[in-house]
This record gives sequence, C-alpha cells and structure tokens, in this order.
Amino acid sequence: MSTSNISVRNIYKIFGIHTAAALDLLKQEKSKAEILAQTGCNVGLNNISLEIPEGKIFVIMGLSGSGKSTLVRHINRLIDPTRGEILIDDKNILAFNETELRDLRRHKISMVFQSFGLLPHWTVLDNSAFALLTRGEKKSTARQRAMESLKLVGLTDYAKYYPDQLSGGMRQRVGLARALTADTDIILMDEAFSALDPLIRGEMQEQLLDLEERLHKTIVFITHDLDEALRIGNQIAILWDGSLVQVGTPEDILQRPANDYVKRFVEKRVAA
Amino acid sequence: MASEFFIPISFANELNLGIDSIVTNYGDQLHRVSEIMLQYLLVPLEHFLQSIPPWIILILVGLTSYHALRRPGLSVTFVFALYFIGCLGLWEKTIQTLNIMLVSIIICLVIGVPIGILMARTKWLSRLLLPVLDVMQTFPMFVYMLPAVMLFSIGKVPAVMATVIYALPPLIRLTELGINQVDEEAREAAWSFGTTRWQLLIWVQLPLARPSIMAGINQTTMLALAMVVVASMIGARGLGEDILHGLTNLDFGKGAHAGIAVVILAILIDRVTQAYGMNRRQRAQINQGSQA
Ligand SMILES: Nc1ncnc2c1ncn2[C@@H]1O[C@H](COP(=O)(O)OP(=O)(O)OP(=O)(O)O)[C@@H](O)[C@H]1O
Ligand SMILES: [Mg+2]
Repeated sequence: MSTSNISVRNIYKIFGIHTAAALDLLKQEKSKAEILAQTGCNVGLNNISLEIPEGKIFVIMGLSGSGKSTLVRHINRLIDPTRGEILIDDKNILAFNETELRDLRRHKISMVFQSFGLLPHWTVLDNSAFALLTRGEKKSTARQRAMESLKLVGLTDYAKYYPDQLSGGMRQRVGLARALTADTDIILMDEAFSALDPLIRGEMQEQLLDLEERLHKTIVFITHDLDEALRIGNQIAILWDGSLVQVGTPEDILQRPANDYVKRFVEKRVAA
Repeated sequence: MASEFFIPISFANELNLGIDSIVTNYGDQLHRVSEIMLQYLLVPLEHFLQSIPPWIILILVGLTSYHALRRPGLSVTFVFALYFIGCLGLWEKTIQTLNIMLVSIIICLVIGVPIGILMARTKWLSRLLLPVLDVMQTFPMFVYMLPAVMLFSIGKVPAVMATVIYALPPLIRLTELGINQVDEEAREAAWSFGTTRWQLLIWVQLPLARPSIMAGINQTTMLALAMVVVASMIGARGLGEDILHGLTNLDFGKGAHAGIAVVILAILIDRVTQAYGMNRRQRAQINQGSQA
C-alpha cells in the first residue's frame, strides 16, 4: 500500500489580467480590496505554504470566499498558481506535461466536488464507475467495483437511478463513491459532507475515519464546520481572505488560536 | 446631386474575374467534385428513396414521430398530411426535395459540428469566425446561388452547395454555444479524473450540449428546406419547380399545391427534430405528464 505527501510552497493565485502589478502590490502588503480597486485583479491565494503529511486527514477551514476551493484545486492542477510550487511525493507537478498530469489524475488523486459535478445523463452506478471507465477498464469490472463504493455510502438501491432523481445529500454521496472507486492515494474533498443531514453526516465522518485507518489515504478535507474539523482532522489549516492564518493540531487551534479570527471560530463553538 | 457626392466604387468586376479564374484554373477539379457528389451521394440516395414504397415511408414517419413526440394523434395527423401530399401528385417531387435536403444536412453536420467544437475550444477561431457567420446568415439567399452556378453549373450539386452555405451558420453557432454552456463542475469533475480530450468530448460535452445542438439541427433543417425550394431556380428538381412554374405562368393553384406540401414537410420536420433535442428520459417524463 502506497501513500503520498503533498507540499505546497509559496503559492500565489491572482485572478485577472494584470497579475504582475497585483503581485507587486501584494508584496507591499496592500489589502485584497485595495488591489482589486487598483488593478481589477482578485487575490485568490496569498503566499500559502503547507506540508500535508501522507496517510492523514488534513482539514482546511475558512469562511466562504476565503480561498479553500481555489487552494484544493491547485493540488490536482485544475487551477495553476500565479507563483509557487506544488510537490507530490517530492515531484514538482507544475512541471508535468499533459500525459504525466493525466496519469496523476487517473491514478494518484481523486476529488469530491462541492456541487457534485455528476453527469446527469449517466446512472448513479456509471457515475460511480467514472474513474475506472476513464482508465479504460472493462465495463463489467468497473461497475462491479463501483457497486462496492455505492455500498460504502449506502446507495446500492439507487444504482440504476439518475442524479436528478436523488436528493442533494444523496448526490453528494455519489460524488464520494466516485472518488472511492478511483481508489487513489490522495482524495480531495471539497465540502464533501456539507449537503448531508446531521445523522448521515456523523455516519460518513465515522466511515471516513475508518477508511483512513484501514487504507491510510492522504485526505484533504474542506469544511466550514469547526466541529467536523476537530473530529476528523489530524491537522487543521485556517484560511482567511486567501491567507493562511494558522496551521496546527485540533488542540493547537482550540487552546492557542493565532488571532481573533480563529478565536471567533472557537468561541462560536463553545457558545453553541 | 447625389451621384456627385458619392465616390463610385465597384468590385463587381474583380469578383467576377476571381470566379472566372477559379473556373478556368480549377474547372476540372470542380467538375470532379460535382461528379463525385452526384455519383456517391445524390443519385444513389435518390434512387434509394424513390424505390421505397410510399406506404413504408408513411409508416416510418408515423413511428418516428411517435417515438419522438409520444402523441399518437399528432403522428396520425402527420401520416395523413403526407398521404395528402401524395394525393396532390407531388410524392416524387417531395422525395426529390428531401433528397437534396438530406444530403445538404449531412454535409452541414459533418462540417458544422466539428467547427462548432473547435470554436468552443479555441477563442481566436471563434472571434475570427463569428463575424463570418453573421455575414453568411444575413446575406440574401439568392446571392449564394450565383457563385454556386458559376462554379458547378446547373443542377443538384450547386443547389446542395448553396443550401449548405445558407443553412450551416446556426448549427455551428449553437454547437459552440451548447459546449460553452456545459455545466462547469461536471466538466471539471470529469477532467479531474484524468479524461482525455476525446473522452471529455463524447462523455460530457456533446451529451450535455445536445439540446443546443439539436436546436441547431432544427434551424439548419428549416433553412435548408427554404433554400432547396428556392434552389429550383438553379435547376434543383422538386417542389420548388412547381412553385417556380406557378410563378412564371401565373398558375396560383399549382404553386399553392406545392406550397402546402412544403408547409407540411416543414411542420413535420420541425416537430420531430425539436423533440429529439430532449433525451429519452425527458420525453418519457413529458409523456407521463400528459397522461396524468
Ligand atoms: N475563476 C475565478 N475568477 C475570479 N475570481 C475567482 C475565481 N474563482 C474564485 N475566485 C475568487 O477567489 C476567492 C476564493 O474563492 P473560493 O471558491 O476558493 O472560496 P471558498 O473558500 O471555496 O468559498 P466557499 O466556502 O463559498 O466555497 C473568492 O474571492 C472568489 O471570488
Ligand atoms: Mg468552495
């Protein structure tokens, strides 16, 4: 069984045309709003460095718009950074050519999407088999293994349904099954549990921890919810407005919040 | 006086010379293209279509329209309307019209869908071609027939050429639009699992763009029908002949017969291609809805 580590080094992501000008302003410590006003560029990520260890669950937290989805999309290069390096197993994936990149996506990394990204004209079973079909495996084997993932997420009865016949939470679980079928070392999960009701959510968290224990996958998990982060995360990174404010174990976050922003997350939890 | 104010400009001569030189330099090749199209497409297809007994075509139209629309009443109406065309003595001409239409539409599909895909993929190509498509679409249809005749003389081949040029733009446009409108996360998700461009195209982009592409096929078909009728002026046989004949001999009755046949064809084809813009499940749902 192999596992993979990820390291993100000094990543900047600027959305817009005049990225060089925006980068300069950013180095002068100008705020996101000022840069937007002056250059028309939107700062997505500002100098992010992370060491994501292999075989652990790494949680990324932050408010809406803080850059979580943008950050995680860099790891499978759905987005390319404006500056910086991304290494997987010590290989610089920004230097990969098209074939190497496709190989990486086929065999190393899978992703669960915030708004699911299922194919509406494919059945739940075929959606779940997507990764294997992409690799060119036989339909029957692909479907057989897809069925096993559907069993894990509790959707065997819905294999023949189409996504638009399912609830939001069920669709999210199809997205999860699709990533599980791919059976990759790394799974990126962008708010993968956000559409689930509390009961199923708890169950899925349980299963994720269990999966982690058995298979030692490297999981990058995005969430809004501190409770969830504390429950499943070995390490938690907190983003604010595209910048990293704190990285640490759940204990660090709870006991030694780096600033008021983190403190507010923690206090809200205590109040609740 | 106005004629003193405007500087006279004319490039009619240059264009004529250009076409003349194409004809003199490439006449043989053009002739060969024309031969090939007749020999491998137009003539065999027409023979085939004419050889099918009309009742089989009626049944096929009935079944196809039922499959597309799931409305038995409408299918029966369509079959009777087609039968009525036969009663008017226009069956053979209808087949001739359909033949030229079909060949034109096949060529439109073969050219239009790939161009639309390329345009969706390549921004500069899209920027280059969009104005060209605008011009193609707004040019009066009669103007296309002239170069077609000069290059391919008179008959079915120039009719097909003029029809393709006239009917092609909406298909290209709507193919590009459809692909650009594909749900971003579905595309991204597929891509994130390492699909090739080809897999992405046939599994995600084309199926999700299907309603738009079918709308393009629908419009292209309608334009082709209109053009084929007019193309009788350059020797395309078919329903247009009767309309032209009615016009030149002040025989309104005969023209009206053919006109009615064109209308029937137009409605039939329009409804069926529109329905195929929806997928099997959507059609089944509409069917359930209308029964409830
Ligand atoms: N393609 C884009 N073009 C311009 N700006 C973008 C683009 N994608 C994201 N952004 C900007 O980057 C910032 C971070 O967006 P991102 O989607 O990563 O947030 P998020 O933390 O995932 O939020 P949420 O919790 O709502 O999903 C936002 O300010 C957003 O406007
Ligand atoms: Mg997000």
